[in-house]
Amino acid sequence: MSISVDIRKKLGDFSLEISFESDSRRIGILGPSGCGKSMTLKSIAGIEKPDSGSIRIDDRVLFSQEQKINLKPQKRRVGYMFQNYALFPTMTVEQNIGAGLGLSDDDRSARVADMVRRFNLQGLEKHLPGQLSGGQQQRVALARIMAYRPDIILLDEPFSALDEHLKERLQHEMMSMLEDYEGQVILVSHSRDEIYRFSDELLIMQDGHMLARGKTTQLFDDPKTVSVARMTGCKNFSDAKWIDDHHIKLSDWGITLELEREIPKEINAVGYRAHAFEPVWGERQKNCLPFRLSGVDELPFERRYYLHPEKGELICWFIQDNERAQLDGKPDPDYLKLREKSIMLLQE
Amino acid sequence: MMEFLEGLDWSPLIISLKTGVVATIVCFFLGLFAARKVIKLSFKAKAVVDGILTLPMVFPPTVAGFILLLIFSRRRPIGIFLDQQLDIQVVHTWLGCILAASVIAFPLMYRNARAAFEQIDANLVYAGRTLGMSEMNIFWRIVVPTAGPGIASGTILTFARAMGEYGATSMLAGNIPGKTGTISQRIAMVIQDGDFATAGFWVVVVLLISFGIIFLVNLVTGSRMKNIKRW
Repeated sequence: MSISVDIRKKLGDFSLEISFESDSRRIGILGPSGCGKSMTLKSIAGIEKPDSGSIRIDDRVLFSQEQKINLKPQKRRVGYMFQNYALFPTMTVEQNIGAGLGLSDDDRSARVADMVRRFNLQGLEKHLPGQLSGGQQQRVALARIMAYRPDIILLDEPFSALDEHLKERLQHEMMSMLEDYEGQVILVSHSRDEIYRFSDELLIMQDGHMLARGKTTQLFDDPKTVSVARMTGCKNFSDAKWIDDHHIKLSDWGITLELEREIPKEINAVGYRAHAFEPVWGERQKNCLPFRLSGVDELPFERRYYLHPEKGELICWFIQDNERAQLDGKPDPDYLKLREKSIMLLQE
Repeated sequence: MMEFLEGLDWSPLIISLKTGVVATIVCFFLGLFAARKVIKLSFKAKAVVDGILTLPMVFPPTVAGFILLLIFSRRRPIGIFLDQQLDIQVVHTWLGCILAASVIAFPLMYRNARAAFEQIDANLVYAGRTLGMSEMNIFWRIVVPTAGPGIASGTILTFARAMGEYGATSMLAGNIPGKTGTISQRIAMVIQDGDFATAGFWVVVVLLISFGIIFLVNLVTGSRMKNIKRW
């Protein structure tokens, strides 16, 4: 199974231009709202029509401007899960699941019953969507899509309509429900946790363009550019000046790093995650930042320190609950140490 | 009292109800169809087409009746064609009643249906499409039921308007007792004769039917407002 997308679309001031080809089972598209990720999904499903380009699943052409092909959504076999689930409000759970099945009555009820069992909806068959909880609605929406047996499933911000306390479990649930689905799944989200958890391959989008693409873990470990690092949740950045193969000067933070690995000449920025610092008391060690405290925020399960750099934005140091306990009673550290493997060498 | 009722000609009630029912059926389908087409139009085209479709509601019914008379008169091309080729007569017939009532009541159906359609979450339609449902199926199984309360109240109002139609009907269909004489026309006629008892009786009938209709509309549209706080 492989999808190939190469499309352009202009909409007022906004222009979308995206091109990728992938045979990964789980693809994530990460980007801020309005970056064009939903529009990309809608184009694949045939809800939006691109101005030009082509969309293929294996060798099936869904859209091709050159060949003048634009399959109706009905013919694409693309499952689409909407942000609000778009369950048909006047149909029962059963009717919703069976809505798209053009089968004989017997076959349809058999398939619906199978879905009801798999998605744990027993007892809710006759309920209307309005009578269901957010989690149940999501299961019905997914059951309805799976009953239709699409070649690919598109999930458009499936968790954004849910309460915070439901999200965690439902994300996990959704992944296990998708486990036995053999086709590709594309998840669109602005939440990096969701994306990281879900996807093997990751596309990062901004302003209608693709910023980066790669294996999810690789992109998070080595984002290569400042904007990609920012999207993966990195909080701290400093401009950097290459000195030699193993030394780089961080002009914003006023320190020089010494690294074991070779530093490419074109590196001009460094990123460091807020959770990765190591507190140091007493003597200054290699790759240490002076601890010039600006303020501390206490969160229920986290403490956030903000430090003054030499210039530029405050440096964030976040510690989890268990570390907080270890720090309590001690004076503030004198330095924060940057671990070599956590230092991200970037380009602006 | 009994004598009065026994001597009464009930035909206006029957004619009005029949006209109302048939005109409502005609308007229901045409209104839904027109509403469905109009919401897909571009902003400018919508303004023009919507204006034309709403016109019968805005200008005086006698004007509508006059225009209909011009079109269907047996002395004019369309009227001649219908009469001679298809043996259809509109002027001074029950068909004229239906036509006049339908034209006047149509905007009520169309506008209510359109407003109800515009409230529908487009994602419902998209979801239907990605699930392979045909456009027909989507319209009748998703859109119409979801727009149910709006369409129902439109239908009831259409019936009310069609049943009470006077101006256009009197121009096009005339007031032929037992044939085209509706309640409204009967009231006007008997008042000219100074028969206030009969007029009063029909007025009460109309009041009861009208109140019943408004009550029904409130029942239908109000059920979804049940949980809204009163202030």
